[in-house]
Amino acid sequence: MADLALTLNVNGKSHTVRVHPLARLLDILREELKLTGTKEGCGEGECGACSILMNGQVVNSCLIPAAQAQGAEIITVEGLAEGEKLSPLQAAFLTHNAAQCGFCTPGMLIAAQDLLNRCPNPDENQVRDGLSGNLCRCTGYVKILDAVKVAAQEGSSR
Amino acid sequence: MRSYLPDFDLQVPDSLGEALALLTQELGQYRPFAGGTDLMVLLNAGLLPAARFLDLSRCQELRGIQETSTHLSFGALTTFTEVRDCKAVHQHFPNLVKSARLTGALAIQNRGTLGGNIANASPAADTPPSLLAYGTEVELISLRGTRRVAYEAFHQGYKKMDLAPDELLQRIIIPKPLGRTFHFYRKVGTRQAQAISKICLAACARIENGTVAEFRIGLGSVAPVPARARNAEAVILGKPLEALPIEEAQLALLADISPIDDIRSSAHYRRVVSQKVLGQMLRELSQSSF
Repeated sequence: MADLALTLNVNGKSHTVRVHPLARLLDILREELKLTGTKEGCGEGECGACSILMNGQVVNSCLIPAAQAQGAEIITVEGLAEGEKLSPLQAAFLTHNAAQCGFCTPGMLIAAQDLLNRCPNPDENQVRDGLSGNLCRCTGYVKILDAVKVAAQEGSSR
Repeated sequence: MRSYLPDFDLQVPDSLGEALALLTQELGQYRPFAGGTDLMVLLNAGLLPAARFLDLSRCQELRGIQETSTHLSFGALTTFTEVRDCKAVHQHFPNLVKSARLTGALAIQNRGTLGGNIANASPAADTPPSLLAYGTEVELISLRGTRRVAYEAFHQGYKKMDLAPDELLQRIIIPKPLGRTFHFYRKVGTRQAQAISKICLAACARIENGTVAEFRIGLGSVAPVPARARNAEAVILGKPLEALPIEEAQLALLADISPIDDIRSSAHYRRVVSQKVLGQMLRELSQSSF
């Protein structure tokens, strides 16, 4: 079938690409726009490695068909820092050693940013709920939870 | 291996009228596509036969939660997040909030829809037991008109529904429970988030003069369809709270379910745990203060 002319605003920049309407947003970001910060883990919405913000909500980009992203505002992990300056959340991840192998980190950062945007002062359960869709096989989560809580205390909502 | 995309087609109608016209013109050719949280998984895994999909995401008519004095009516495209965030749902249907909260995790809840959860027709879906416990009706629409079906009659067999090829699920309509009510929802999975249930039980009871005047139990993952527990309900109905025949209800429950062995659990485990969760619910009911 005919390709779709898909227009997206990604990290503040507008792009138009021609893709199949069922192409995964994940592949469009990584392969068409070369934004490889967003990772593919499971490809079935279980692991959260491909998390991005779409129109202000956290979603699994591996489950979004191109047709449903038409005109969307997208923030990927590349959009969190301002130039060379890390976001407060990224800085907290760094200070607290919240990344080991790093594969889950882009998704964790996006899910955590989504949480802090909705809920600037989350309690322990809210942090756990906010990150419950993101799997990490290295850290045991403790340092990630610490980093998010510290970033929240320091006021990291955008 | 992933599916070969050129074998697939996705039409994106701009309105419900246009979607229904396409369904009618090419009868049986299209499969409705809502939040994509089930279909994209199958597509990514290469498990879908080549197909033509009808993306409903632009059908504004299928969105929104409406409240009347007696009912809440959910557009089929209402997301789990919208269910979680709606005050009226918290007030009247706490089980539905719990089931939406336990569906996948937040990223899934932002995209997955109530209508998709019903029409995907998985016996393990998390919201159907709650819908059954609340005496839900579904409204179906086609170019021929609309009709309403009791949700408990909608699933006719494994993945078989009372839904004609030219029809779409339009709204999910739930009557507000009246009087003093007891609500219970429990999903048993491998972990809290992102798990598909091994068994799931939702119940709603209306209490009048210390007895159970109205009672519905909805079950997931223990039959080919989301199922009512009519035998167990019948044992409890009309009984005083302080003398609920819990063991008798647990025995009766075995006639309501037909669990199987599969990758998530065994038939034996499902039978035993269904009975235990039923017991937990009935003990909570008997101790509730009205």
